[in-house]
Amino acid sequence: MKTLLTRRTLLKGSLAAGAGLAIGFPLAGRIPGALAQTAGVFAPNQWLRIDRDGVVTIINSVPEMGQGSLTTTPMIIADELDAVLDKVRVEQAPANPALYKNPVTGTQSYGGSRGVRDHIAMWRKAAAAAREMLKQAAANEWGVPVESVETEAGTVIHRPTGRRLQYGQLVDKAQQLPVPENPKLKTPDQFRYIGKTVKRRDTPDKVTGRAIYGMDVKVPGMLVASIERCPVFGGKAKSFDATATRAVKGVKQVVQVSNGVAVVADSFWPALQGRRALKVEWDEGPVAQVSSAMISREYESAAQQPGQIARNDGDAEKVLAAGGKVHEAVYQVPFLEHACMEPMNATAHVKPDACTIWAPTQNPGGTQATAARLTGLPPEKVTVQTTLLGGGFGRRGEVDFIVDAVEVATAVGAPVKVMWTREDDITHGFYRPATYNVFRAALDANGMPSAWFTRMIGPGILIQKGRAKAGEVDAAAVEAMRNMPYDVPNLRVEWTNKDFGIPVGFWRSVGASQNGFIVESFVDELAHVAGKDPFEYRRAILGKSPRHKAVLELVAAKANWGAPLPAGVARGCGVVFSYGSYAASVAEVSVAPDGAVRVHRLVCGIDAGLAVNPDAVRAQMEGGAVYALTATFYGKITVDKGRVQQSNFHDYPMLRINEMPKVEVHILDSGEAPGGLGEPGVPSVAPAVCNAVFAATGKRIRRLPIDRDELKRA
Amino acid sequence: MIAFTVNGRKQQVDVPPDTPLLWVIRETLGLTGTKYGCGMALCGACTVHLDGAAVRSCVTPASAVAGKRVTTIEGLAARGDHPVQRAWVEVDVPQCGFCQPGQIMSAAALLGSKPSPTDADIDAAMAGNICRCGTYQRIRAAIHRAAALRKGGQR
Repeated sequence: MKTLLTRRTLLKGSLAAGAGLAIGFPLAGRIPGALAQTAGVFAPNQWLRIDRDGVVTIINSVPEMGQGSLTTTPMIIADELDAVLDKVRVEQAPANPALYKNPVTGTQSYGGSRGVRDHIAMWRKAAAAAREMLKQAAANEWGVPVESVETEAGTVIHRPTGRRLQYGQLVDKAQQLPVPENPKLKTPDQFRYIGKTVKRRDTPDKVTGRAIYGMDVKVPGMLVASIERCPVFGGKAKSFDATATRAVKGVKQVVQVSNGVAVVADSFWPALQGRRALKVEWDEGPVAQVSSAMISREYESAAQQPGQIARNDGDAEKVLAAGGKVHEAVYQVPFLEHACMEPMNATAHVKPDACTIWAPTQNPGGTQATAARLTGLPPEKVTVQTTLLGGGFGRRGEVDFIVDAVEVATAVGAPVKVMWTREDDITHGFYRPATYNVFRAALDANGMPSAWFTRMIGPGILIQKGRAKAGEVDAAAVEAMRNMPYDVPNLRVEWTNKDFGIPVGFWRSVGASQNGFIVESFVDELAHVAGKDPFEYRRAILGKSPRHKAVLELVAAKANWGAPLPAGVARGCGVVFSYGSYAASVAEVSVAPDGAVRVHRLVCGIDAGLAVNPDAVRAQMEGGAVYALTATFYGKITVDKGRVQQSNFHDYPMLRINEMPKVEVHILDSGEAPGGLGEPGVPSVAPAVCNAVFAATGKRIRRLPIDRDELKRA
Repeated sequence: MIAFTVNGRKQQVDVPPDTPLLWVIRETLGLTGTKYGCGMALCGACTVHLDGAAVRSCVTPASAVAGKRVTTIEGLAARGDHPVQRAWVEVDVPQCGFCQPGQIMSAAALLGSKPSPTDADIDAAMAGNICRCGTYQRIRAAIHRAAALRKGGQR
């Protein structure tokens, strides 16, 4: 009954998976290759091609993880090309960093809300070059100056004579022309799609079950594996007894791989049954000594010692030592797991001379490099088909699940899909770092901060991954803290790396997710100490940060800041810059006598420079708010004896629809360069909610998630 | 052998009786629209209809469906135009979309029993379906829209 994963099925609908022509598609006229000469195809660069029937195919390099790249990428390219958006085809780019790397990061890996902001200039230029070539081809055909022709909806037009040629009629002539280096771009008033809401292309497949995620991949002869992993991070299997496992009907093989012991079966259920019957003796390694209580104690004692200096304006220590009105607080946040709805998985087929990976990955380039390293094949022999992702949030930029698939597939010599369980996912993640943060500020005679000191303790993601040097300040750990926006003449930020071997990773908005919370909570404390309105207090010290100020003012106005609310309901606000965009929130909250917090309404604002698809911007902000609310109310991963103590949604809960507040999103069109959208909606929400809790109860939340027992009224 | 009906077609499957319906649907029958999310009936991604009622297929043993009617997302409407699906498209509900087949099956079952659900009805019927992308506000709007579409006589 298994359907085959053919190019045809993958290309169905909008679900192109980078098969066929897109693989190794050449830069026509620059890289020699048979395809460059393909008759009847105009392919001025790797981003688009047009055939004689006028069919425009656009290559989307950014994996679709819910942010809408399958819609936004073609919007941008079709707009500058003057193609008809409804008629373009979209293919997902193959792994080929030479052609498809992000021009800013230089890798074919997608995180940091970089889809639009890093690519839009390049995509517009690529499409504008194509349009100029089509215009030139038509002008040559008609013997008229190119300045006298224009384009509209897939057609070149010569208005004086009324002559028209469809793009499809021009492909052979256009293909012969040189690619212009500096094509003229549209001015914003000429945009046809950019800035206007366009419905997502992937919705029809996603509401009918046709959409193919990594988990849904089927390959002829494919086996399915489930891996028993050491419960302790970094532990290895010493020995295993698979006698009972092999007795399970459907189990084919049991193989040891670097991440554990894999049970390979003809389908998932027998693989899981076999895995449950497995007896493994583990060498647990040094992390078995680590617990959350011990980490907290170590953080607390590290906070007594000076850290590395992340920022030092003026002399904060001297001003603080001089006394006066000094306010102190300690803020703590826990480890968090991403909990993508689709548990990790990948499918691999490793042959002696080639390897194919099908994966829901944010990191096609890293997937290719990983498979090349493990198989010894050159990267160009590794084909990566990026499927739809059932959530990304930073988790799928990792390659641990790719390693699983390549190693198991190599061991059994057949295509294998390695599927994680939810328990695998929660217990073997790359966690948002738990941190401990000491704040101290001095207020001047007017109550404004004259000195601000923050000492942060926690692991460094970049350092742990070897992407930054140990001994340096980890940029991810201090983001949204060392560049906090407020006018404080004496500002010192210190950071101490405390890493106990718990794997850490990039969790939707990364350092800003926790530092936005602690900065915006502490500044709220200062406003309270100064006896001032927290919104007005922030405005007064955002003199050097006009975009923060503008978006904060926008949400305050939309939320009627200062206007009376029903009894028991209070407001709080927050504003945070992250990933190129400025976001602010006002929360309206009430707290029940039993300590239960209810968020009634969230008013969110975003200045992302340019909103390419406004409804997609709203969707990302709504989603960011929910991600943040889950962390505010529930998110907490704890470790005992090196093991994560949570395992599924009963003990690592998510916000559900019955707890969903009304979320209003307001877009501030600043006309600045485009910023990110996937992440910036997260950081300002937790502080807005917790500041509202303070306004409602007088109790300050300095540790997430909110402990409702602390809010109980006798 | 367990015999039952899936999306109007009779099926006979040779699986151990305790095999969860989810894996029978996905792997034995090849219908991958129904998703695995937790395996413990905590997230709702695996929701299907059993004789018209929403159930979590990840904890429903194959033996329990013998002789019964199972409907999956693929069979909700032959042309994918069930009012709930049309409303989901109108409101542009999905982001990553992974949970949406389960959301849609829960919503369709709700409308089957309550043609004009209140927000409280929606909360009660949909609280078992997690969406990590946070599309809840749109799900609520789309359910109200689907209720209106049904009343408009369009199925």
